[in-house]
Amino acid sequence: MSDMTSPPKQSFKFSMLLYDSRYRGITIQIFVLVMVLGSLGWLAGNAATNLAALGKPLRFDFLGDTASYDISQRLIDYKSTDSHGRAVLVGLLNTLLVAFMGCVAATILGVIGGVLRLSNNWLVSRLVAVYVEIFRNIPVLLWIFVCMFTITAIAPQPRDFRGDNATASMLLNDSVAVTNRGIYLPEPLFSRPLGDLNLGIFNMSIELLVLLVVLFGGVYAARWNNARANRIQVETGDRPDTTWANVAIIVVPLLAALLAMGFHIGKPELKGFNFKGGVNMSAPLIGLWLGLTLYTTTYIIEAVRSGIQSVSKGQSEAAFALGLRPGRTMSLVILPQALRVIIPQLISQYLNLTKNSSLAVAIGYMDLVSTLGGITLNQTGREMEAILMLMAIYLTISLLISAGMNWYNTRVKLVER
Amino acid sequence: MNKSVFLGALTVAGLAAVGASASTLDDIKARGKINCGVTEGTLGFSSRDAEGKHGGFDVEFCRALGAAIFNDTEAVEYVELSSKNRFTALSAGQVDLLYRTTTWTFSRDVDLKTTFVGINYYDGQGFMVPKDLGVASAKELEGATVCIETGTTTELNLADFFRANGMTYEPLPVGGTTEAKAFFEEGACDVYTTDASALAGVRASLKAPDSYIILPEIVSKEPLGPTVRHGDDQWADIVRWVQNALVAAEEHGVTSANVAELSKGTENPSINRLLGAEGSLGEMLGLDNDYAARAIAAVGNYGEIFEKTIGESTPIGLPRGLNALWTEGGLQYSPPFR
Ligand SMILES: N[C@@H](CCC(=O)N[C@@H](CS)C(=O)NCC(=O)O)C(=O)O
Repeated sequence: MSDMTSPPKQSFKFSMLLYDSRYRGITIQIFVLVMVLGSLGWLAGNAATNLAALGKPLRFDFLGDTASYDISQRLIDYKSTDSHGRAVLVGLLNTLLVAFMGCVAATILGVIGGVLRLSNNWLVSRLVAVYVEIFRNIPVLLWIFVCMFTITAIAPQPRDFRGDNATASMLLNDSVAVTNRGIYLPEPLFSRPLGDLNLGIFNMSIELLVLLVVLFGGVYAARWNNARANRIQVETGDRPDTTWANVAIIVVPLLAALLAMGFHIGKPELKGFNFKGGVNMSAPLIGLWLGLTLYTTTYIIEAVRSGIQSVSKGQSEAAFALGLRPGRTMSLVILPQALRVIIPQLISQYLNLTKNSSLAVAIGYMDLVSTLGGITLNQTGREMEAILMLMAIYLTISLLISAGMNWYNTRVKLVER
Repeated sequence: MNKSVFLGALTVAGLAAVGASASTLDDIKARGKINCGVTEGTLGFSSRDAEGKHGGFDVEFCRALGAAIFNDTEAVEYVELSSKNRFTALSAGQVDLLYRTTTWTFSRDVDLKTTFVGINYYDGQGFMVPKDLGVASAKELEGATVCIETGTTTELNLADFFRANGMTYEPLPVGGTTEAKAFFEEGACDVYTTDASALAGVRASLKAPDSYIILPEIVSKEPLGPTVRHGDDQWADIVRWVQNALVAAEEHGVTSANVAELSKGTENPSINRLLGAEGSLGEMLGLDNDYAARAIAAVGNYGEIFEKTIGESTPIGLPRGLNALWTEGGLQYSPPFR
């Protein structure tokens, strides 16, 4: 220890910032940072000056002005006399709706496809491979167009359902209508309604609230029942059968609540030009959803395939040796381990799908880009504000998705010992 | 589509300080070409022929400007803009003006910081439906699905019309005429609505024009005209007075055929000032004194332009109607050249 030589103490000189490798890295980083911030500042300043020169200083009060346009597919109440701000909210919810539907569908199809891709059946795995190659190598916008125009060209028009010699008819006991304007599904109705709860921005139906409370109560009670069964199993060695009790605990109160509120199904009906009543999924929504799903599924298939292949063969051999059937081996042994490879790729696919949903504008789906970045921008002329808001909102959505998925990822990843 | 809006915004952010600083006319002269914003294809107003050359009512006015400034009708670069992108393109300096079936409205003039310098076509919004729907009036459209082009006054008028009549509808907003036509023909919407003038062109270009009718109602005023950026009055004056010159020419009976003759001087001082034989009006604009004579010689007067592009002898077949001269019961009227 004592004979270790310490380097001669050198006083700091200014030139060391450039010539001393210990400091040079930091110097360069600071230099680059200053340059980047400087150019951003210059751009911002330039934009501000130019906008001011055009007589359009950066202001967001246009969001409070009357929108004056209508939106067809909407999750919350909206009419043309509402503000641009509310129109933007309707668009945002539509973006989230199609992104959510797309992510769910693409995940389900992707997992199935990924497993089939590795099937021992040559034909099945080839078919999946062909699907992946075709859909992945053509831009998603084209798929969206293809889906949309297929719907509008092939599905019957509402008026084909009319008259004595109608060429089209409704499905499932006259409760579902598939038209080239969208799919009309039956809706839940209550003959003894409880009304709506006004939550400021939107109204929540109290019936739904009641059903949710009853459902969660039932699930909670069922879990308590399971815990009880576990305790008895530990104490006595016998596990009481909980299946039917649990079903009853969850289903009976739900049915009772539905009956009490006079639940019935409302079927869509052809009235005038269009079907009225029921839940309407508009053609643009379906086209966009299908296009995004078919495209993103291919990437998820590949993610799932690589995830499964990353699990060593020994795992499945061990599972087989224990007597697990292939299906259970996959769901209990392979997939849980594959998840740590799959999830990071899933995150980026979810982000891609959400961002790609902005192509909605091409087929008339009123998402965030069509409302805020489209009609609102155009009618108010607030390009800078609208684009800045769009960027901020997409960034926020993306960060939230990654945060959520990362949280999930840390929960499922292998705990290394 | 979105990209160009975004790039437009970036251009605003970036170097293009065009709007306010340099004079548009100087820029145009330095460039050797006028950047004229036109539609992506509205039969009769601006569309491309088989060779890709632009033609139409609006295009003729751009050509007239080329003749007035450069004595060359070809010194025009046509920039096709969707309804949605046009104002961004204008304010970002991508085009010098719009001759793009653009309606003069208060908020566009005041809030969008564009300047409307005239009206080259008095229009109104109409509706088209398939004949076999059996609809005879726009008041019977309760609950219909309507195809509209987004970023237009059309979608605002539509909302107003249905609200005022206590009716509901489902909008199907699309980005351009091509998509709108496809949706309409496949029955994805019951109704196609836009400016009546364009509706005639759209109907003519459908596969079976005779199975569609245009409803009698005109539900709005759509004064269409050239648009420039706020802040360059000289350029606004040039666009305004070249258009006025074409109307004045019709008022005075000056045509592409007789303009050369009349330019030599006539008994009528108004004609002489218009054509540059007397006074120095052209120079006041910063152009040559015979700018108007050149424009008229190249494209004809207002009436000639109308007849050869959208008039009753063309497939579009629009009557002069409101766009006749004021002396003939219409609204076209030029302030005096003096
Ligand atoms: N005059 C209306 C509508 C103008 C407009 O965009 N018209 C459509 C239909 S005529 C058009 O020009 N479409 C051609 C295109 O999509 O480029 C406005 O100024 O908002």
